[in-house]
Amino acid sequence: MIAAVAQVQPGQPLQLPHVDWVTIGPAGIFFVGGLAMLLAGVFLRRRVPRGLWSGTTVVIAVLALWPAFHLWHQIASGGARTAIADAVVVDGFSIFIDVVIISAVVMAALLTDGYLRRENLEGTEFYVLMLFSASGGMLMASANDLIVVFLGLEILSIALYTLAGFQQRREGSQEAAIKYFVLGAFSSAFFLYGIALVYGSTGSTNLGVIADFLRTNSLTNGLLLGGFALLIVGLGFKVAAVPFHMWTPDVYQGSPTPATAFMAAVAKAAGFAALLRLFVSTFNTYRLDWQPIVWALAVLSLLVGSVLAVVQTDVKRMLAYSSIAHAGYVLVGFQTASNRGVAGALFYLFAYAFMIVGSFAVVTLVSGRGDTDASLDAFRGLSSRRPALAFVFTIFLLAQTGVPLTSGFLAKFYVISAAVEAHSYALAIIAMIAAVIAAFFYLRLIVVMYMAAPAAEGEEAAPTARIPIAVGAGMSLTIAVGFTLVVGFLPASVFDFARHATLLKL
Amino acid sequence: MLGFPVLTALIVLPAIGAALVVAIPRTRPEIVKVVALAVSVAVLVLACYGLYEFATGTAGFQFVSRHVWIKQWGISWHLGIDGISLFLVVLTALLFPFALAGSDAHHDVKAYTAWMLVLEAGCLGVFLALDLFLFFVFWEIVLVPMYFLIGGWGYEGRVYAALKFFIYTMTGSALMLVGILALVFIHAGHTGHLTFDLQTLAREQSFSGSTARWLFAAFAVSFAIKVPIFPLHTWLPDAHTEAPTAGSVILAGVLLKLGTYGFLRFGLYLFPKVSHDLAPLLLTLGVVGIIYGAIVAAVQRDLKRLIAYSSVAHLGFIILGTFALTTQGVQGGIIQMVNHGLSTGALFLLVGMIYERRHTREIADLGGLQKVAPVFAGVFMLVMLSSVGLPGLNGFVGEFLVLIGTFISRRWWAVVAATGVILAAVYLLWAYQRVFHGVPEGENLKFPELRWREGAVLAPVLALIVFLGVYPKPVLDRMEPSVRTLVERVDRQAGTHQPSVAQGGHR
Repeated sequence: MIAAVAQVQPGQPLQLPHVDWVTIGPAGIFFVGGLAMLLAGVFLRRRVPRGLWSGTTVVIAVLALWPAFHLWHQIASGGARTAIADAVVVDGFSIFIDVVIISAVVMAALLTDGYLRRENLEGTEFYVLMLFSASGGMLMASANDLIVVFLGLEILSIALYTLAGFQQRREGSQEAAIKYFVLGAFSSAFFLYGIALVYGSTGSTNLGVIADFLRTNSLTNGLLLGGFALLIVGLGFKVAAVPFHMWTPDVYQGSPTPATAFMAAVAKAAGFAALLRLFVSTFNTYRLDWQPIVWALAVLSLLVGSVLAVVQTDVKRMLAYSSIAHAGYVLVGFQTASNRGVAGALFYLFAYAFMIVGSFAVVTLVSGRGDTDASLDAFRGLSSRRPALAFVFTIFLLAQTGVPLTSGFLAKFYVISAAVEAHSYALAIIAMIAAVIAAFFYLRLIVVMYMAAPAAEGEEAAPTARIPIAVGAGMSLTIAVGFTLVVGFLPASVFDFARHATLLKL
Repeated sequence: MLGFPVLTALIVLPAIGAALVVAIPRTRPEIVKVVALAVSVAVLVLACYGLYEFATGTAGFQFVSRHVWIKQWGISWHLGIDGISLFLVVLTALLFPFALAGSDAHHDVKAYTAWMLVLEAGCLGVFLALDLFLFFVFWEIVLVPMYFLIGGWGYEGRVYAALKFFIYTMTGSALMLVGILALVFIHAGHTGHLTFDLQTLAREQSFSGSTARWLFAAFAVSFAIKVPIFPLHTWLPDAHTEAPTAGSVILAGVLLKLGTYGFLRFGLYLFPKVSHDLAPLLLTLGVVGIIYGAIVAAVQRDLKRLIAYSSVAHLGFIILGTFALTTQGVQGGIIQMVNHGLSTGALFLLVGMIYERRHTREIADLGGLQKVAPVFAGVFMLVMLSSVGLPGLNGFVGEFLVLIGTFISRRWWAVVAATGVILAAVYLLWAYQRVFHGVPEGENLKFPELRWREGAVLAPVLALIVFLGVYPKPVLDRMEPSVRTLVERVDRQAGTHQPSVAQGGHR
């Protein structure tokens, strides 16, 4: 593969590469849609029908499915390819991540509608930021150049920082935004430095060229390995892998809950997309060097995430720690560097997006006006106040525990089987032990909802406030729970989707 | 074989029943009970139909139904029944209507009943599954309804007990999942095709001795927790004591059998050589369980806890019979599973009735009940004697076969285990004496007699207790070919022969 770098000669016009717009179609639709909505929002400040913006966002997201399907069929018949001067790649893998992100955007947008009304924050900005952020994530998934990865990462992140601080009047939200921003900027710097080192040792930022170079040259100095380490730090931060997870609980807790839901699903999918493409595909020849690092990250994420979740009393914080553990499972698939491992990681991200957005949707509803109280006590006796909500949350929690007939079980099953196939028995066993530890706090939440004893004398009585369920939130929950159960029963088609979503061979 | 998919129906029917129950409005709990009973009785009828149609004298799987579920992974909806699982299926189908009819939920009948029916579907699934993935799915699914039943409708320490039950069992199944996957992928590595089919995996075994040992260990820990075998039993007393009456009946009657059944179906069948090599260890743990369970049961103050510990002892006998690896021992083990399900299930129901009447389970608070409720005492006596293993009742048949089977192959374990029979008599008779004999005082004077409805529920179980004790031949005949094939398989792989007396016994 040849790098078609636009050479600038003095006196000659700049040679621009041919742009095949369809290849960045999904991200493009999100970006253009976001811009259009921003403009429309300026002119239609007043008098918009309820749910217009949320509906528009859903329509934009669904529209983005069209180029995704188109590309998927193209790949199926003509194979994966690169485009736009080799800067982006079109393969099953990128389409899969696009679909994950689209699903997350649909659910998060539906959820946001009622939330913004409840908090008196109505407007287009939240949706626009979500669309921009998602387009960055999609760009990361289809990047074939380290610079494009960085571009996507920044588009994703900057919008997320703003989303985290969207509830300006609440201190927690401000704190989350500033914390996320400072640490995120730091991690971006790490990532950029990593790009520099990789460029320095291979002479290119194009993934295809790097892969070729690494195949034909054996590097003995530590420059490349230093680059690997820094890239892992930068992306490890985004996916909240231990030890780069410190921001997660605070940011997840402080951010507006729909933003948390979005962040948890999309940032993780995008971060892992970049990690998988860079390491499993581009740096494949050096996998003996990076696999031990990923192994260690996986073990740390699994154990630290699960153990620290056990001691949390705030549900948002608990879900934040559990999302760290979930990152650990994806890392288990990643660590194998095999086709099954990548497919498993993809399936996990897909299933996880629905479970986590669903879970945070329940938290959004329960935590009430002001998004203040997401403590365990707020969930006390939920089964008698809102049986359906409690039941749906129970399904999400059981799915996250890994109980069969839910997508969560199959996701765990997939990554663990990849690990077993790669003879990483120790990792498989550690992952399952982490699942048992995690079961403890998921069940504790179920206990609080269903089995809470009536408050004794002097104790604070269970909350009795009515929990209104907005139409959008209801739809979002229906989609999430539907996916979790249907895929739990009949996973064959999604399994196939993940299996065919292979990385372009470099 | 047959047009109608009996086995699939056995699993689907209770699941549909659960959905029906959920659909009934909350304000009509009486309909809930009728629907649940109707569904569980229909399941029993289906199971009896299976029993009737079952071809005696064949060792293989019958009523097999097989549909591809996830093609790429070689996973299929594969069900079958043989002499080993047949009676466990019938037992399960019998105990659910028994438990549903015999006790009431004190609140939220709808959810309670729905969970019971989901539990029934899960338990039957475990006994019928012939695909490792399917087996694991059912194995795990069983945890959820049981967790909610204990945690939602149990006694004071219910939340703790439910959590302990879930975490213990899930730890075991976590290891088993890794074991299953390792087994499947090692097989795929050798043969090139991925399959979770039990029979294929057993036929085309492709692992070395030490690998087999690790794999067996992964399965065995999971089963041992479920049984439970001695050092892993600590969840059992809590779960049994805190569970609601029906929960205890099912827990003791069906759930514990999942573990012992797992040893037979997966342990012995997939790893014959390792089973043989590790038999002394498991026999020892079984014997320790018998003695330990009996001694600890004897010193309990709580009647329900006493019966819970007696389960540890009884399950020790089943393990003993299983790992004696003789036809009689294994047969004894299976029939003892059925016996334990009947007698301990009935005992838990009776203790539940005592609690309903007196609101205590403390042995010290009870006394002289025989004077005020002679029929109740008589029923209790009969069930208790079956549990003790009195000749003429079912318990004797099982224990006798287990001890004979063990004596043939492992003499000294049988000798030590035989003392457990005496100890069982000690703790159960002593408990009976304290609860029913003497002069009733205070509250005990007003202890109501057995009601007609309660009697009607108990009657079939009492009849079976006597029938199996007097004439176990139909049961033994149906299980013998399958058991013999299994034991021969172990012998062949381990390079041993069971003594000829163990095969000759035609009863």
